[in-house]
Amino acid sequence: MEKATVHIALFAALIAALGLIPKLMLTSGVPITAQSMGIMMAGTILGAKRGAAAVALFIALTLAGLPLLSGGRGGLGVLAGPSVGFVVGFPIAAWATGWIMERLHALPISIAAGIAATVGGIIILYIPGVAGMALMLDKSISQAALLITPFLPGDVIKAVITALLTQAIFAARPASVFSRSGSSL
Amino acid sequence: MLALTYSPPTRLHALSAPIKLVGLCAITTALFIFPTGWASTILGGAALGLYAAMGIAFLRAGLRTLYGLWPFVVVLGLWHAWQDDWDNGILIIVRLITAVAFANLVTMTTPLQDMIACLVRLLHPFRRLGLNPNAVSLAIAMMIRFIPVFLARADQLKLAYRARSHRSGRWTILFPLALGMLDDADTVAEALRARGGITPKD
Repeated sequence: MEKATVHIALFAALIAALGLIPKLMLTSGVPITAQSMGIMMAGTILGAKRGAAAVALFIALTLAGLPLLSGGRGGLGVLAGPSVGFVVGFPIAAWATGWIMERLHALPISIAAGIAATVGGIIILYIPGVAGMALMLDKSISQAALLITPFLPGDVIKAVITALLTQAIFAARPASVFSRSGSSL
Repeated sequence: MLALTYSPPTRLHALSAPIKLVGLCAITTALFIFPTGWASTILGGAALGLYAAMGIAFLRAGLRTLYGLWPFVVVLGLWHAWQDDWDNGILIIVRLITAVAFANLVTMTTPLQDMIACLVRLLHPFRRLGLNPNAVSLAIAMMIRFIPVFLARADQLKLAYRARSHRSGRWTILFPLALGMLDDADTVAEALRARGGITPKD
């Protein structure tokens, strides 16, 4: 239990730190916030249960009043704002990413992580994200979907980087990639 | 690290956190089940009045927390101007700002530890599902403690990278940052177990 608890707590801290460090630049000069990559990595590395727990812990403390979301946002106002669906969807996205990752253990790790991050961290995340935006701004689902399309290319790049990072971490510390080592909570 | 709680304490700080949270739920629900201009305007005015009653500096700090909504206000304004649907546009903008303002009011006037206490209490029913409240409390404390550790390490890694490359702050630092975190987690878990581990529930 100690190991699971500590991994959940420290991963939550890493996700928080990723939102506070200045935006990273890709080679092409596109600024990119690393925080949503942390959400994807929670799934690909910790697996469904621990990944979702780490992200849920991070979201809980953000709502409790720590300004940890990228851009220094936090507090209960996040739940009343247009991005509520994304915030609520983060733990679900991490869970889905981990769930897919655990089921693709026959595939090479980078490909499995890439698929899991794309489906869990983008497609599954966008469902509550778009729904929340439609509700808060009183728009139709398709209008809300149009509003978030500018973020799609960046998210695809993040999924690719997540895949490469997961592969590198698995090569260096295979026992720490719980989605592969199959150790349960 | 600074929480979003406003200091010095106001009269609203003295109100207990559960009461504020229940009030917030009631107001937010009212905003969305009465989608009329009147309801939103009255509640919006009430929010403004509450902020102002806590003093000018508090009001100014409160308005600053709403600043992040401007892209949505612009998009909504443009959309409804294009649709020639001003009434609905203004209603939605006022409702959005009012809902966020009330939520921010609770965050600004409730200390972090009170919020965490509420959170831990809300998790109590999950004990039957195997959740250990001691593990949750420990995880919260550890997370808060390790954020500055990882921030400092990210800075170090960026400096080290810059010392060897003319480019700066590329995403490559994420790999050593994540690897260090996983190693830390193993060490901390070992240390924790050596000191008796997490107290089992009940």
